[in-house]
Amino acid sequence: MRRLLIWAPLALFALIFGLVAAGLIKPADRTIRSGMIGKPLPELAMKPLLPGRPGIATADFATGKPRLLNVFASWCIPCIAEAPQLLKLKQAGLEIDAIAIRDTPDAVRAFLARNGDPYARIGDDPTGKAQIALGSSGVPETFLINGRGEIVDQHIGDIRADDIPAILRKLEAAK
Amino acid sequence: MIAEAGLAALWLATGFALVQVLLAWGAAKGADQAGGPMVMAALRRVAIVQGLLALAAFLLLVTLFVQSDMSVLLVVENSHSMKPLIYKIAGAWGNHEGSMLLWVTVLAISGAGVALFEKRLPRGTLAATLGAQAAIAIGFYAFLAFASNPFVRVSPPPLDGQGLNPLLQDPGLAFHPPTLYLGYVGLSVAFSFAVGALLMRDVGPAFARAMRPWVLAAWIFLTIGITAGSYWAYYELGWGGWWFWDPVENASLMPWLAATALLHSVSVLATRDGLRAWTVMLAVVAFSMSMIGTFLVRSGILISVHAFAVDPTRGGFILALLGLYIGGALALFGARIGTVKQGATFELVSREGALVLNNLLLSVILGVVFIGTLYPLVAQAAGVQLSIGAPFFEKAAVPVGLALVAATAAGPLLKWRRDQWNALFGKLLVPVGVAGVAFALVFALGGAQWLPALVLGLAAGLAVASVIPLIRRNLRRTPLHLYGMVVAHLGIAVSIAGMAADGAFKVERLAAIAVGQNVSVGPYRVELLEVRPAVGPNWSALEAHLKVTRIGSAPFDLFPQQRFFANPPTNTNEAAIATELDGQLYTVIGQGDGEGRWQIRAWWKPFVTLIWAGGAMIALGGLLSLIGRVRRERRDAEEAA
Repeated sequence: MRRLLIWAPLALFALIFGLVAAGLIKPADRTIRSGMIGKPLPELAMKPLLPGRPGIATADFATGKPRLLNVFASWCIPCIAEAPQLLKLKQAGLEIDAIAIRDTPDAVRAFLARNGDPYARIGDDPTGKAQIALGSSGVPETFLINGRGEIVDQHIGDIRADDIPAILRKLEAAK
Repeated sequence: MIAEAGLAALWLATGFALVQVLLAWGAAKGADQAGGPMVMAALRRVAIVQGLLALAAFLLLVTLFVQSDMSVLLVVENSHSMKPLIYKIAGAWGNHEGSMLLWVTVLAISGAGVALFEKRLPRGTLAATLGAQAAIAIGFYAFLAFASNPFVRVSPPPLDGQGLNPLLQDPGLAFHPPTLYLGYVGLSVAFSFAVGALLMRDVGPAFARAMRPWVLAAWIFLTIGITAGSYWAYYELGWGGWWFWDPVENASLMPWLAATALLHSVSVLATRDGLRAWTVMLAVVAFSMSMIGTFLVRSGILISVHAFAVDPTRGGFILALLGLYIGGALALFGARIGTVKQGATFELVSREGALVLNNLLLSVILGVVFIGTLYPLVAQAAGVQLSIGAPFFEKAAVPVGLALVAATAAGPLLKWRRDQWNALFGKLLVPVGVAGVAFALVFALGGAQWLPALVLGLAAGLAVASVIPLIRRNLRRTPLHLYGMVVAHLGIAVSIAGMAADGAFKVERLAAIAVGQNVSVGPYRVELLEVRPAVGPNWSALEAHLKVTRIGSAPFDLFPQQRFFANPPTNTNEAAIATELDGQLYTVIGQGDGEGRWQIRAWWKPFVTLIWAGGAMIALGGLLSLIGRVRRERRDAEEAA
């Protein structure tokens, strides 16, 4: 018993050492994933931000065709970097809707004029409430919604050029 | 030139450390042979030179920062020519490479100190101790040279540097890391003593007496460092809290808990020759906690909210060093401790018994903090992301802490070796009475909740109990270390009283008010007179002018600020705090709403200052004890000669 006790500290340390080494080798994924992935879209009813373009309602998504839902803002720098990729996705035949976070019509109009306009609908989320309902923690984020209105995937951060094939693949799988 | 000289000094120090290990090996093997004293004398000198070389490297780095030498990468990344001089100096250790250099410098200087001052330990044990100290230094020199070289040049040099994290631009914090490091790394001496004693199978009172002043000194610095760090977080972060159970804070608390336990068990070993294995174990654990703390902070492995990138090379390097030193020491412990004879025994009710209880309770708290700090890593290994907050630590540690306070009150009243329950109860009668009355008063009249009231009651009881050892003594002939104990224990009473008072009676107000309006908090009325711009050497700020009135006294002004630093762009909150005899008024200015109203956050925190006053008393008690011990050792040595 006494002999065992003597070696207990070393054994404990070895355990901690292994744990910490594992933590070093596989650093934590520090992005915050939405808890909504795999679930139906939450109840959204957002007013249109720009006159003449519809807002966002949950019912619009269960149409049998997958869509992208892009969470963006005119004040967000990575959103500018992401704009060309969204345009490319639109050219590939995809329909993209957007939620504008804490934004104004004038700022968004200027943003779209400068960076291109890939959006079919733009919902106004002046308080960030819809963003929270989606489980999104920042801008830009892009959700892939399948034809049954379920959230299939979440892309955190700006979509880079080399992300496009993967997104198209997931889209294909969601059909 | 200076950077190259610094690097050269570092390499030379590494060489001397290697020589030191070899000499130590020779001296420990042939301690009793002819020529032993000569090898020993050479070993001492090598250790001293190694310390001086490390110090030279560190001072050369400070010189580079003072001169704003923008051809050195570290200076570029962490300094700016516009910065006030004191922050240029502090910039030298306000970054990874510089702080690691400071770390190893303290390590080498501590080793030099042992070589210089330690005269009474058997030659072999001292040699093994110095060898162990040099072996630790070699690993960290290698870490600096291969993974964290502070002296790297940039070409071409940029026009100016990138500044220093503005949060760190504060006189308190400029000197916080060095203090903490003196404590952290001072514990390395205890570690090396323990390794030396195990290697030479010489665990006894002489070893404990040699180690005690080093443990005390390191513990004093840790106490000051933690107290100062807590106050810095309190006024700089602008949240009005004084402890956040952040991994970085825990990293400093864990060595302190272990050192506190060690401090008490080393007394038992020095005085009564008891607790041999346990004391050696604690000496190993205390410095291991320092190294693990350094690792956790430096590798960025736990600090998820601050999102430093984990650097696998550096993290892996330090982890390998940890495995080598901690694993090595624990393996040595396992192999050797069985051959160490059991020390003196004692009864359950005795001073030793109380100190064992103290050690057990401290170890439990240490375990709680350790588990709470590392649990996110366990969860991560299992694929779950989580963080552990204050509620866990408070729920788990506070009850044990309260038991510890009770043990602290009772321990010094007991006789060594054996005492009677009845005698203890007799002595505790007054403190328990005072505690009960204080609890009843605070609970019934003060309207506090039961837990803070209980803590305040215990604090009052501990305060009374801690001065009892002075009763019926000739105060002039009472040894200084006894005063040290009394002051330190009183400090604990004062500090926890502050914590409980803040928890029970603080008042918080958050209001959006326009100029000319006011908000009341506690006994104060705070009126917003003006919000205006203010400028400093490398920041600009929005400053609120608050007029504060307390019933029955003259009004005064407070100026909380929101500061904007340009290099690098950062915002900080400068709380404005009014300190009065019975507490602090803490004010912060927040965002404006664009329509002329400003968020003003104000706390009235009764007796909160006692927390840090108590911390200062604890450190002072340690200092008194250290002076007393060193003086007595010297007198004993003279008498023996």
